[in-house]
Amino acid sequence: MEKNRYTVSVYSENNVGLLNRISGIFLKRHINIESLNVSKSEIENVSKFTVVIFTDHETARKIVGQIEKQIEVIKAYFHLDDETIYQESVLFKIDSSLLFDERNIQNIIKDCNATIVTVSRDFFVLAKTGRKFEVDEMYDKLKPFGIMQFVRSGRIAVTKAEMPISVLLAEFKENK
Amino acid sequence: MNSNTIKENKTPNKKIETMNISGAEAIIHCLLAEGVDLIYGYPGGAIMPVYDELYKFQDRLTHILTRHEQGATHAAQGYARVSGKVGIAMATSGPGATNLVTGLADAQIDSTPMVCITGQVGSHLLGSDAFQETDIVGISTPVTKWNYQITKASEIPEILAKAFYIAKSGRPGPVLIDITKDAQFDTFDFSYEKCTGVRSYKPVPKPNTNAIAEAAKLINEAKKPMIVFGQGVILGEAEAELKQFVEKAGIPAAWTILGVAAMDSEHPLNVGMVGMHGNYAPNVLTNECDLLIAIGMRFDDRVTGNLETYAKQAKVIHFEIDPAEINKNVTSDVAVLGNSKETLQLILPLIDKKNHDEWHNEFKKRYDIEYNEVIKNDIKPTKEGLTMGEVIEEINIASKNSAVIVTDVGQHQMIACRYAKFNQTKSNITSGGLGTMGFALPAAIGAKQGAMDREVVAIIGDGGYQMTIQELGVIFQHNIPVKIVVLNNDHLGMVRQWQELFFEKRYASTVMVNPDFVKIAEGYHIESKRISERSELKNTIKEMMASKNPYFLEVKVEKEDNVFPMIPTGASVSDIRLK
Ligand SMILES: Cc1ncc(C[n+]2csc(CCOP(=O)(O)OP(=O)(O)O)c2C)c(N)n1
Ligand SMILES: [Mg+2]
Repeated sequence: MEKNRYTVSVYSENNVGLLNRISGIFLKRHINIESLNVSKSEIENVSKFTVVIFTDHETARKIVGQIEKQIEVIKAYFHLDDETIYQESVLFKIDSSLLFDERNIQNIIKDCNATIVTVSRDFFVLAKTGRKFEVDEMYDKLKPFGIMQFVRSGRIAVTKAEMPISVLLAEFKENK
Repeated sequence: MNSNTIKENKTPNKKIETMNISGAEAIIHCLLAEGVDLIYGYPGGAIMPVYDELYKFQDRLTHILTRHEQGATHAAQGYARVSGKVGIAMATSGPGATNLVTGLADAQIDSTPMVCITGQVGSHLLGSDAFQETDIVGISTPVTKWNYQITKASEIPEILAKAFYIAKSGRPGPVLIDITKDAQFDTFDFSYEKCTGVRSYKPVPKPNTNAIAEAAKLINEAKKPMIVFGQGVILGEAEAELKQFVEKAGIPAAWTILGVAAMDSEHPLNVGMVGMHGNYAPNVLTNECDLLIAIGMRFDDRVTGNLETYAKQAKVIHFEIDPAEINKNVTSDVAVLGNSKETLQLILPLIDKKNHDEWHNEFKKRYDIEYNEVIKNDIKPTKEGLTMGEVIEEINIASKNSAVIVTDVGQHQMIACRYAKFNQTKSNITSGGLGTMGFALPAAIGAKQGAMDREVVAIIGDGGYQMTIQELGVIFQHNIPVKIVVLNNDHLGMVRQWQELFFEKRYASTVMVNPDFVKIAEGYHIESKRISERSELKNTIKEMMASKNPYFLEVKVEKEDNVFPMIPTGASVSDIRLK
């Protein structure tokens, strides 16, 4: 079956141990998690997991079903890249001398739409938000100059289609 | 008795309140409020405050000291499976807690309602590798429906109420609650209310009337329909509805190993077991029917064989409570979500009265083939050695099909499930999904205590028996009148069979060098007997069944018999072998 990159979005209660329970479902099917982000969501007291995996449609569907049946999960979805608006953020820590010695660096910052977060005597920090390939491009450009530290956040995504979680929560309450 | 007076909880949802009690005592009140009167467990440091309360409340709560924590879980499972109530197992932290894992996994895969309570080191020690600290919440996550660690006494009532609700609602399963020692000691003002819902959890999907109408249409149009029912019928208490449905629609009905007792074995439309060692007719005809109606079953790979060739010609209707099971293994044309009792009630009026006599004859024809090639030799053998099948047949006769049959795992399990007959639901207690050797002896204890008015017979192999044999201590101590039948082939028979058939008879570690089982039973003061001759069989079984006490019977059976029919792994259900 054809494999694709899927963004799995999980709305859940904010409880200790739930991350372990959810990641275990990927583990059970031997699926590598490419990126993971946990944050609050648009609904008060509801957390949102954003998980990126590379697999086929059927596996993604079954995994989402098994995630959704966990007690503290309200709803889970999965989407292809073109069904979502998604971004990642990165930070680069670079030797300060380069900022003044190498004109190229300043061009890279401009070309890549990166921002300078901080500059100190020894190092400066660049931030960039974008799609993975854009971030990778910037990484490749900076690499020859020496990167002291690099970190990339998990993917964050919103879907083009609606995710009616509040409606669902109201429904759960009714069923009680 | 306890100094704080507690009002009896007569009305189920009434709030119970009492001032300033310890977490440990609160746990007892929660259990009482949930109607618990029996706990299986094993004490140790981190759970001692609770055991201290159990001592004070022993007139209202019986604690059975199993001889191993695994035994506590299986006993709780046996209890739950015969009674439909939640089984309770209790253990200390560390090794006590890890010993629960097999039972949790078993209960999870077989959807058995169970609440396990474990003690944990004090909350100030968590994460420090303290004495007998294990991360049991982490360890048990994949094998529990839900789990939670309590670190404050005040959390106890709400969490325990939630534990019971989750364990038994919807598709049941095991819940583990880990309670730190300080939370057991601390005091608080207790009040208890039963849980009636969890906002993120929808236990029973609402039936969809369109799906039901569509399913009814397919059923009414089908020429060669076939039903496969599973434990979902028993868990949904839909046995009567299943019977009405089968009889009105006139559809041959087969069962999975966990579903068997949902329908009388002698019902004319009962066509036997599906799956690896199931009956010939329903396996072969799965690939000839035009409509497969699955009710409360989950298309386990031991049922379906090769999925690529499973019922491809048929339309499939799947009655199921758990949405995650829909299209997981087999794609259905119509999914009827909901509790089986409710959905079967809804579909019944829409079903045309029919009898598919000709189609049913196809089952009978194939039954005759299986009878001549397999069944006859199993239950009425002419060879010298005793067969497992004839032992089961004698138990059917002596019990008039009314016993609870608890089986372990292996050849004897397959033979028992093939040949045991049932005329009551909740009667076949076996480890289906996990195949846990060692399940039967402790599960039989729980089954007997969960249904004291019923005869409970455990059918166990010589291998599996020795995995939990220490639970004879419980049977002896409490004089629990279970009947234990060890079908001794001096082999790990099922593995030996595979070695013979698929590994060119390289018998690696499957010969069992066994002790004198009768002497061991005698050591526990249990009436016991060994037989090896056909002439002794009938009377011995009668004597065993008539006994009011626990009874141990070892039957020396043929050492190298194989279980047939058999669908070899990876083969199609229609390629089932008769020899
Ligand atoms: C705990 C556990 N370990 C190993 C197995 C693998 N296994 C399945 S059947 C079997 C042989 C069982 O032998 P016995 O209890 O004597 O029953 P028999 O097949 O001879 O009737 C084994 C080892 C298992 N199912 N469970
Ligand atoms: Mg054996």
